[in-house]
Amino acid sequence: MPLRRLATAVAAALAVALVATACGGGGDDQSAQTVTLDWGEPENALIPGNNTEQNGGDALDALFAGLVKYDVDTAAPSMEAAESITSADNRVWTIRLKPGWTFHDGTPVTAQNYVDAWNWVAAGPNAAQAQSFMEKIDGYDEVSTEQPTAPTMRGLRVVDPQTFEVTLKAPFVIFPTTLGYSAYYPLPQKFFTDRAGFEAAPVGNGEFRFESRTPNQSLTLVRNDQYAGTDKPQVPRLEFRVYADIQTAYDDVVSGNLDHVKAIPPAALTGGRWRQELGAGAHAKDGLQTTALGFPLYDPRFQNPLVRQAMSMAIDRQAIVDQIFGGTYKPADGLATSAAQGYLPNQCGANCQFDPQRARELLARAGGFAGPLTLTANADGGHADWMQAVTNQLRQNLGVDAQYTPLPSFSEVRQQANAFQFTGLFRAAWIGDYPNLETFLTQLYRTDASSNDYKYSNPAVDAALDRADQAPTEQAAEAGYQEAERLILADMPSIPLFTRQIIYGDSARLASGDRNPLDRLVTTSFRLNPQG
Amino acid sequence: MSELATPPDTARDESPAVEQTRGLWVDGWADLRRRPRFWIAAALILVLLLMALAPSLFTSVDPTVGELSRSRQPPGDGAIFGYDLQGRDVYARTIYGAAPSLAVGFLATLGTMVIGSLAGLLAGYSQGWADSLLSRIGEVFAGLPFVLGGIVILTSLNEPGEIVGAQELVFQVVLTIVVLTWPVAMRIMRAAAIETAQQDYVKAARALGAGPFRIVLRHILPNTLAPVLVYGAIQFGVFIGAEATLSFLGIGLRDPVVSWGVMIAEAKDRVQDIPWALFFPAGFLVVTVLAFVMMGDAVRDALDPRGR
Amino acid sequence: MGRYTLRRLLQLIPVFLGTTFLVYWLVWGLREDPFAGKCGQRECSPAFRAALTERYNLDDPLIVQYLKYLGAVLTGDFGQTFSGTEVSTLIADAYPITIKLAIVALVIEAVIGIIAGVVAGLRGRGFADTLVLVSTLFLIALPVFVTGLVLRQVLGVDLGIIRTSVPANPSFAELIVPGFVLASLSMAYVARLTRTSLIENTRADFVRTAVAKGLPRRRVVGVHMLRNSLIPVVTFLGTDIGALMGGAIVTEGVFNIRGIGGLIYRGLQQQDIATVVGVVALLVIVYLVANLVVDLLYAVLDPRIRYE
Repeated sequence: MPLRRLATAVAAALAVALVATACGGGGDDQSAQTVTLDWGEPENALIPGNNTEQNGGDALDALFAGLVKYDVDTAAPSMEAAESITSADNRVWTIRLKPGWTFHDGTPVTAQNYVDAWNWVAAGPNAAQAQSFMEKIDGYDEVSTEQPTAPTMRGLRVVDPQTFEVTLKAPFVIFPTTLGYSAYYPLPQKFFTDRAGFEAAPVGNGEFRFESRTPNQSLTLVRNDQYAGTDKPQVPRLEFRVYADIQTAYDDVVSGNLDHVKAIPPAALTGGRWRQELGAGAHAKDGLQTTALGFPLYDPRFQNPLVRQAMSMAIDRQAIVDQIFGGTYKPADGLATSAAQGYLPNQCGANCQFDPQRARELLARAGGFAGPLTLTANADGGHADWMQAVTNQLRQNLGVDAQYTPLPSFSEVRQQANAFQFTGLFRAAWIGDYPNLETFLTQLYRTDASSNDYKYSNPAVDAALDRADQAPTEQAAEAGYQEAERLILADMPSIPLFTRQIIYGDSARLASGDRNPLDRLVTTSFRLNPQG
Repeated sequence: MSELATPPDTARDESPAVEQTRGLWVDGWADLRRRPRFWIAAALILVLLLMALAPSLFTSVDPTVGELSRSRQPPGDGAIFGYDLQGRDVYARTIYGAAPSLAVGFLATLGTMVIGSLAGLLAGYSQGWADSLLSRIGEVFAGLPFVLGGIVILTSLNEPGEIVGAQELVFQVVLTIVVLTWPVAMRIMRAAAIETAQQDYVKAARALGAGPFRIVLRHILPNTLAPVLVYGAIQFGVFIGAEATLSFLGIGLRDPVVSWGVMIAEAKDRVQDIPWALFFPAGFLVVTVLAFVMMGDAVRDALDPRGR
Repeated sequence: MGRYTLRRLLQLIPVFLGTTFLVYWLVWGLREDPFAGKCGQRECSPAFRAALTERYNLDDPLIVQYLKYLGAVLTGDFGQTFSGTEVSTLIADAYPITIKLAIVALVIEAVIGIIAGVVAGLRGRGFADTLVLVSTLFLIALPVFVTGLVLRQVLGVDLGIIRTSVPANPSFAELIVPGFVLASLSMAYVARLTRTSLIENTRADFVRTAVAKGLPRRRVVGVHMLRNSLIPVVTFLGTDIGALMGGAIVTEGVFNIRGIGGLIYRGLQQQDIATVVGVVALLVIVYLVANLVVDLLYAVLDPRIRYE
């Protein structure tokens, strides 16, 4: 490794100059007790209903607690701030709150706080990012437009300070499972009376309280000793530090300058290097994240299902997982991930198995593929390695003129997706909102659904989804969603590639510190090693 | 390029200029032949050009074929430079990467030098409103962040999803670099021109009735080229690197075109795991820049009459 | 001199307006859909679009939007990011760090670059010259991100001499390595420029005169040669101040320095128009003032140059 040696020589020369100036971190008692986490400056204000990003979510999940929480390992939902969520017909739900919960400013958390918060998120003029999470509630359509015709949703009703009732537009059996998402968090009175003050110093009902924030640098939270939840926070203080580059954050965790990094840079995954460098701090678990390649079904070249199946079979998923991702991802065998309720293995069957011979036969039977085949992803997301590998495989295994044509940013990709302008395969990644098979189907494959970038439409799928939504029991719903999944996979509007695991790293200072399968930070799980 | 050879104080001795110029070239060549640095540089440049024009002479491997089964294999049997993450032959990619890299480096250098020098000469010599205007326009361009300018120019040249041929892509990358970097060359040339315009021989030439065009061409340009050429030789390497930055942002050269910049951008995060994928293209880039700078130094030293 | 300075200051106004309008147009005017990607994988709701269109005056013609924005900026209101943070706060937090880094980089490139150039230029074609030539070319040919990543890896992770990232409010000492990385390219250029300039001046008349007068060699080199050779070097350093003050996207990213370069890059990625235009407006002013200072410096360094 000549480069390495040369670099060391240069470094050694520099080191002489630096020894005098290098200073050990050292630190007082407070910094020894503070857990530092890698973070990014959120694009939107820290308001639960107006922030759907990962960075915003990490902070909000520490500041707020939901009606439901998800198990740190299995994602199984359980009651948190809610005592019970019940319904006789799966349409009218009664939510009863646990007593004794307060916001950080001392005011009690009541049913009214939930109803007000949800109405705020749904109201059109507020332009909240998470607005569509309220769309199943009765009366949503009247409040969600630019000029609402009703002040509040008629589906929300406060019964008493500890109880409220939610009426949905149609029965939805898995409704309680969805309620752990940050869009459903309650908002204190302060938000409505002093919005600017709330944004500068958010007041929640969660396990940590806001302490201070320097924009684009850091956010500090302290333990909420009045926290009413079952799991109490174990560390006195959290400091979220803004990092521009995940590689830098990762190196800081390895060298002990940072305690938690929310992802692992691709280069460290290759060959499993991150497991050696982080040791016991290396964590990987099944999550709710899938990666696929979408077809522009509005382009006539992709209308023959045989073409789509041939492309799927020409991709050696296992080789990509092993060589590019160091074995931490898993080849997809369906539309959902194993952490979702209702997941059934191998729903995709032979269509997702690598079989170059059969792929060529299918393509020949379909009459070949005319012209160049472009594959598109955003260049600012670190997708180049696996996109290039897929491109090479399509080119070499199918003999088509495949080319990887990245666009500069996610914004350009969305612009093309929203306008249905793709001319080739495009990256279609999805993060489930709640641990259920349904979250991988409705919003992506229903006719005209909000994220149906393929322009896919199959009345049989729509009907199957309707039946499942309105099923009387969760088991019946699961079976219905699985049927819809099989129908979709047979049409193959997208090529399932892999399910991404939740991978993150902790420093040697931490005894534990985890993310759950929804890739949300579980701040109550953070514990420092004894002598710090 | 005979201006290079014109002695600085021709004002004193105008008539035998033509004869003297030829003499200088002959002398210069005689001088050059004795310099080993010149021969080393010439040999390197020749090999690089051959690589760019006929890559198949050097390798029979297709640089775009990637077999994941041989991903990250170190240099050894079959591939003397090893394989990259995608299982592509690093040697073949380095060879095929020569042509686009040299084209970008050379054309972008030429473009910035020509535009920057002309603007700089005009500004530095006239020093009036033309100077103000050109300098201020240059400042507007120099004030734009390179990343923003690059994204906007390259994305607005092509429809999204459009497939662009290799040559067109090289041309677009060159255009982007030239548009965004010419003000630096202009400032350097302008500074040199201001300095030269104050020299006695220029004043003498003006007193003798030489026109502005002649003064600029015969007296100012030859004496201002040195700093611009130093800058140019260095920028040659920088522009190949700038192309890497554009590729990294998803707007530069891309698959199936191979360039050293693309290879460096791909390998940069993996110095620890696949050092050879970074080392070889970077090494070729260093050698190329070295060859051109050495050649430039040797030629200038040989032709400089003051240097004898 | 006074009138010249005044005229140049007046010329700042059109350049400032031109650049900010250009950036404003590039960020907003060229986009068909400025809110694509703002709402993740989902398309933004009409209500969301309406609110933002209102907030950024997008229904007005571009020039009116720009004038409204400019009016706010002139009253000290740089606007807010999407998340509601005052852009002026962001700039106030980031700029001291950028200035510190720029100072460190400038000192490194000036000191090391000039020393290396003088050593190479005075000794002429010896071992020192070759060493300087090869090492500077190496720095030139390696893109900054490679230099940065390798130094961070070796010094930070492998040897543990420096921290892999710089803390929120870094001291000058903590910025030495990032400063070196940022300065590496310019340092190489300063060295080459000093060397070339010095060699040219070795044979200049005023040097010959000084030697003939019997001045000691140290005085000839120190006063006569260096002072004259440094004119192009100072020009370059001045231009570079403008560039350094504009932040360093790559170096800041590698060492997680919370400076102005990262602010611009994040603004571009997230299309935070207020951040991008606000920061660029400020940078343009800094850049223009730096250029003005350099132009005035000429007159100080070179007694033959007079501005009227």
